[in-house]
Amino acid sequence: MPSVAQASTSRARHKMVVALIRCRQLLKQSMLFLLVILMSAGLVWAQVKHLPLAKDQLHDPTNPAILLLQEPGEALSKLPPDAVGNQVNWVKALEQGLIDPRASILPGTKVQVLDLDIILPRTGEMPMVKFPHRQHTEWLDCTNCHDHIFKSKTGTTPGLNMFQILQGEFCGRCHGAVAFPLTECKRCHSVVRQ
Amino acid sequence: MTAMRVICGLFAIWLAMLCMPSHAEYGDVVLNRRAEKEGVRPVIFPHWFHRIRFRCKVCHSELGFQMRAGSNDVRMSDIIDGKFCGMCHNDRIAWGPANCDLCHSGKRGLPSGINGGDSTAGPGRW
Repeated sequence: MPSVAQASTSRARHKMVVALIRCRQLLKQSMLFLLVILMSAGLVWAQVKHLPLAKDQLHDPTNPAILLLQEPGEALSKLPPDAVGNQVNWVKALEQGLIDPRASILPGTKVQVLDLDIILPRTGEMPMVKFPHRQHTEWLDCTNCHDHIFKSKTGTTPGLNMFQILQGEFCGRCHGAVAFPLTECKRCHSVVRQ
Repeated sequence: MTAMRVICGLFAIWLAMLCMPSHAEYGDVVLNRRAEKEGVRPVIFPHWFHRIRFRCKVCHSELGFQMRAGSNDVRMSDIIDGKFCGMCHNDRIAWGPANCDLCHSGKRGLPSGINGGDSTAGPGRW
């Protein structure tokens, strides 16, 4: 015959097991709920990667002509994705032939592309910078940078440093405004010192 | 149970809000030095739209646009005369200058400058 003490322990154990099961059920349910919410949030995010013009805080939604303008989502969602900027890898889009932007509109303009990588070694503790001319000259003309922003002779541009770039000088003319932003350190600082 | 659900819901909403873009496209430029004073909406220039169709060098080399928002003093009369935007916006390559609302499409009161997040201290300075 079980004693009174034994009966009370088994009752307590039973209570504990019930509580444990209830706790696990609760956890399971709430995790499922969280998962569903997160998945739907992800779906919403995928759709609003590019805000519609009427909601971008710049365009006047009462302008009837807004309907005639191309929506960024329609054009940009088909291009190679990126995590920053327009969420488009523009260099890849051009290389893969997904876009074919005109290189000139005036007859007689000389379109030049230069395939030359420049290593900038004085980068302190950061990996060295590799500047690829090819990707830049596919988009830009030599005169856009030379000689008023960068000297043509390697290593002779005075005052080129990260503080100036963050202030919008040198590379910062484009990177941080229209080309991939300065948060992407490793895209430029890509050559590890031996 | 309900409290847990509410907390989960709030957390998910916060996460979703964190993920959603709250700004215009990267590189969108507002031009409002004269527009509103002259009684029209500010101009919104989308870099993304033009970049799909033209390389940077077309506008920033052939057309003579300086690569610094605010440093190009473009007047409507220049455009009508075929300079700056008017090199293409002439009813031949792109819509002509009579289609006011297509370019002058910004909200009233917007300051001039570059938009779209991610920008650092520099290029956007007006």
